[in-house]
Amino acid sequence: MANNPIDQFRISELVPIEVGGLNLSFTNSALFMVATTALVAAFLILSTGGRGLVPGRWQSLAEMSYEFVANTLRSSAGNEGMRFFPLVFSLFMFVLFANLIGMFPYFFTVTSHIIVTFALSLLVIGTVMVYGFAKHGTKFLNLFAPAGVPPIMYLLVTPIEVISFLSRPVSLSVRLFANMLAGHITLKVFAGFVVSLLAADGLGAFGPIMAILPLLMTIAITALEFLVSFLQAYVFTVLTCMYLNDALHPSH
Amino acid sequence: MATTSAETQTGIVVPAEPHSPATFPPFDGTTYASQILWLAIAFGLLYWIMSRVALPRLSGILEDRRDRIAGDIAEANRLNDESNAAIAAYEQALAEARANAHGIAQETRDKLKADVERRRTATEADLAAKLSDAEQRIHDIKAAAMENVGEIASETTTELVESLIGKAPTKTELSKAVDGAMK
Repeated sequence: MANNPIDQFRISELVPIEVGGLNLSFTNSALFMVATTALVAAFLILSTGGRGLVPGRWQSLAEMSYEFVANTLRSSAGNEGMRFFPLVFSLFMFVLFANLIGMFPYFFTVTSHIIVTFALSLLVIGTVMVYGFAKHGTKFLNLFAPAGVPPIMYLLVTPIEVISFLSRPVSLSVRLFANMLAGHITLKVFAGFVVSLLAADGLGAFGPIMAILPLLMTIAITALEFLVSFLQAYVFTVLTCMYLNDALHPSH
Repeated sequence: MATTSAETQTGIVVPAEPHSPATFPPFDGTTYASQILWLAIAFGLLYWIMSRVALPRLSGILEDRRDRIAGDIAEANRLNDESNAAIAAYEQALAEARANAHGIAQETRDKLKADVERRRTATEADLAAKLSDAEQRIHDIKAAAMENVGEIASETTTELVESLIGKAPTKTELSKAVDGAMK
């Protein structure tokens, strides 16, 4: 493995596919996307196979993730929000598992690519817009004209609301992407220090002793990255719930 | 970008070379189409599995448990109510029995009291009758005795007066004198 901290984000083609000039190859990224889906599905289906009245460890975990996402969605979008539950749950599990799978050394982190997180956030905003207009029609535009504001203030408030709405998919996707990217680069850099110090000539016995410091740092950052993996998946989910709430209740 | 599929001079499409070290991989546009496609496939599949299999199953499990717990709680409440009712019935029976026992005791006490009273009154009446009887007899005896005393006194006086003056006093004089002396 090269020492370049950027190498871990490289996409390599496993099965080259080319359709009409578009490169649709099955890449390592695609492999890990499919693996994420497979792992989530296997986890939820195998753990609930027993349908135990008293859950075992795995079933408990599956129920916990269900309740967790359900509570998050219900608390920000109310009971009507539960119609989006499969979407929100799939998003949470996909992002969480993609992040966690990425924590394995030599594994590819799907969410460290902006196009993936951007596609997911466009899916969210697209759902919000389609559902919002389908359910409320033009009243959905009330989102940009909050009630209780003096009419003259709409000149100021509406552009701000529009900009805020348009920046949502960007902030949603960049937050996740940047967190995963930066975390993995940091990990790689500190891990690289360990190797460099061990291999360094001229330091003698001092090299391995010095190498302990970046090693400790790597361990600490690994722990932090596990936290960030979960936290970013959660943040993505919470924001999704809040945006969906706008689609359900556009008049603030 | 420099790394997009390049047509060679022979016109054969050469697969893009996204490994160009010059480009930062996340910003390498040549990979976007493939990533979006496979993300759509993977996420679509996940969504389908979640909404069709995993989530209905999980919500079924949770609902079953909720129903079961609610049922158990209802059953426990029913049994609790039943036992409370039984306790109330027992308390009531106990109170009734206690009231009955109290009534019986009171009745017996009253009966005995009345009996004693009745007997006492009877005895008292009896005694009073006997007393008045005795008093009457004493009175009679006393009267008789007094009469005898008067008679004796008259006789004695007659004898005395006869022997003193040799002449018997008249009956009227005698009784007048005797009555005067006895007063």
